[in-house]
Amino acid sequence: MSEKVLMKGNEAIAEAAILAGCRHYFGYPITPQTEIAAYMAKKMPKIGGCFLQAESEIAAINMVYGVAGAGKRVMTSSSSPGISLKSEGLSYLAGSDLPALVVNVQRGGPGLGGIQPSQSDYFQATKGGGHGDYKMIVLAPSSVQEMASLTVKGFDLADKYRMTAMILADGTTGQMMEPVNLSEVEVQHYDKPWAVTGTKMQREHNIINSLFLEPEELEKYNFARFERYKEVEENEVMVEEYLMDDAEICVVAFGIAARVSKNAINEARKKGIKVGLIRPITLWPFPKKTLLAAADKVKQFISVELNMGQMVEDIELATKCKKPVTLCNRTGGMIPSPQQVLAAIEEADKGGQA
Amino acid sequence: MIHRPKRISIFCGHYGSGKTNIAVNYALHLKNNCELQIANCELPHVAIIDLDIVNPYFRTLDSRKELEAAGVELICSDYAGSNLDIPALPAAMQRPIADRSTFCVLDIGGDDQGAVALGRFADQIKAENDYEMLFVASFFRPLTRTPEDALEVLRDIENACHLPFTGIVNNSNIGDETTVEDILASGEKARRLSELSGLPLVMTTVREDLATDPALKNETVFPLRLQEKPI
Repeated sequence: MSEKVLMKGNEAIAEAAILAGCRHYFGYPITPQTEIAAYMAKKMPKIGGCFLQAESEIAAINMVYGVAGAGKRVMTSSSSPGISLKSEGLSYLAGSDLPALVVNVQRGGPGLGGIQPSQSDYFQATKGGGHGDYKMIVLAPSSVQEMASLTVKGFDLADKYRMTAMILADGTTGQMMEPVNLSEVEVQHYDKPWAVTGTKMQREHNIINSLFLEPEELEKYNFARFERYKEVEENEVMVEEYLMDDAEICVVAFGIAARVSKNAINEARKKGIKVGLIRPITLWPFPKKTLLAAADKVKQFISVELNMGQMVEDIELATKCKKPVTLCNRTGGMIPSPQQVLAAIEEADKGGQA
Repeated sequence: MIHRPKRISIFCGHYGSGKTNIAVNYALHLKNNCELQIANCELPHVAIIDLDIVNPYFRTLDSRKELEAAGVELICSDYAGSNLDIPALPAAMQRPIADRSTFCVLDIGGDDQGAVALGRFADQIKAENDYEMLFVASFFRPLTRTPEDALEVLRDIENACHLPFTGIVNNSNIGDETTVEDILASGEKARRLSELSGLPLVMTTVREDLATDPALKNETVFPLRLQEKPI
């Protein structure tokens, strides 16, 4: 039989996390990501891991804090409103320089919103969400295979830089099923001399904490943390370019929007329109250099998003507004159709800005 | 027709095993093969009932147009495909399950959690005793890779819905990438599951374009037209 398995995106995240060495999962159910928790509930007891359904999202993220402090790979997952609840904990993880993986399978918002897919937590994921000066590594999968590979990558990057990595997916990538090959997963291992694992009377205590009595000391830590963020921006950008060599119009889209956009781009190419795609795979760090370079070649950018236009601002910043950036979007749980994206491409091709 | 249809056909299995696709195809098959209906039923009425209280997105409802065009009655939650996350079942599903002149195809939600919804009809269905309940197995799904794992899910479902299975459907597939070799290899596992459970392997469901492959001549093949994917 084929090496591949047919998986839901949510299952792929869960299985990949286990392959990456995660043995601790804490969460609270919410549609459309509940399969992650259900999978962990079935699998963890069989492999000596811990699945725990917490009494709330806030409890779950603080359990993550505890296990991360002990130096073990740990994750939680939720969907939009649940991530809002976890945001305090995300800030505490950042303030304590703890590595963890957090999954957001986005649904419509704001508020309770709805259970249909969305990308409207882009700002929340890339600009903070919680309080204070901090960043998370934000990974945006656009296939079930990537749900798996970016989960492993997320754990590795989190450990490497002592940061939270977030998988920013959407309901559709969480629910859809595709063949996945998990046999080629490579996992990195990082020493964690800072973890609180007991001194055995052989070293000084390790302290994990985000409270600093002296402002000078807190400032020092913040500066140091942003030095690390600079390294991440230098070294860890992931981006896919599709048919960009001769492109005059550049569609920018991530996750499920990128899939729809590729279909539209293929149709537009058949009509002779020179259009390509830049797909940020890391939303933070954002692929600024790739976009800036494209700005010298193309006449217009079209940002395709399942929200009211959030990434569009980062494109304008990255390209220093050298070329117009228009928005092609649906929101509230709706997905742009390839026809809608194609229409936006055709409008741009005619010279209008759509 | 593969076997004489029972008045009520129930499809259960692990979530993502392909129940909804099979249920839709099976309902259309019943509707379109009138001569095979039970003799005393002159005007075959076929209803497909979506009892899925688990899956938020991909539903029987996605095939509404096709079902309506064929004259198959579709009964599903008022909230299927909406933004409301409520595992509600419509009152309308009582009628076809009770009405003995209607052929019912029941699409049950995944796993034992999904099968709970079926439990409330268990006594009624058993009392009439004109039903088949088929376990849909896909050995390419991560939690049912082996016959032993599939048997565990099968027993969990029976416990949850208080109805014993009557047969097995082998729907092993890896989507568009499925090959005839994959289906043949999965057949071994399906037969092993049949041995372990004491249930007959009723049919092997195969994507339409592969269904006529001569290599499958020894399998009881039921061809499947796949539901349209939204993306």
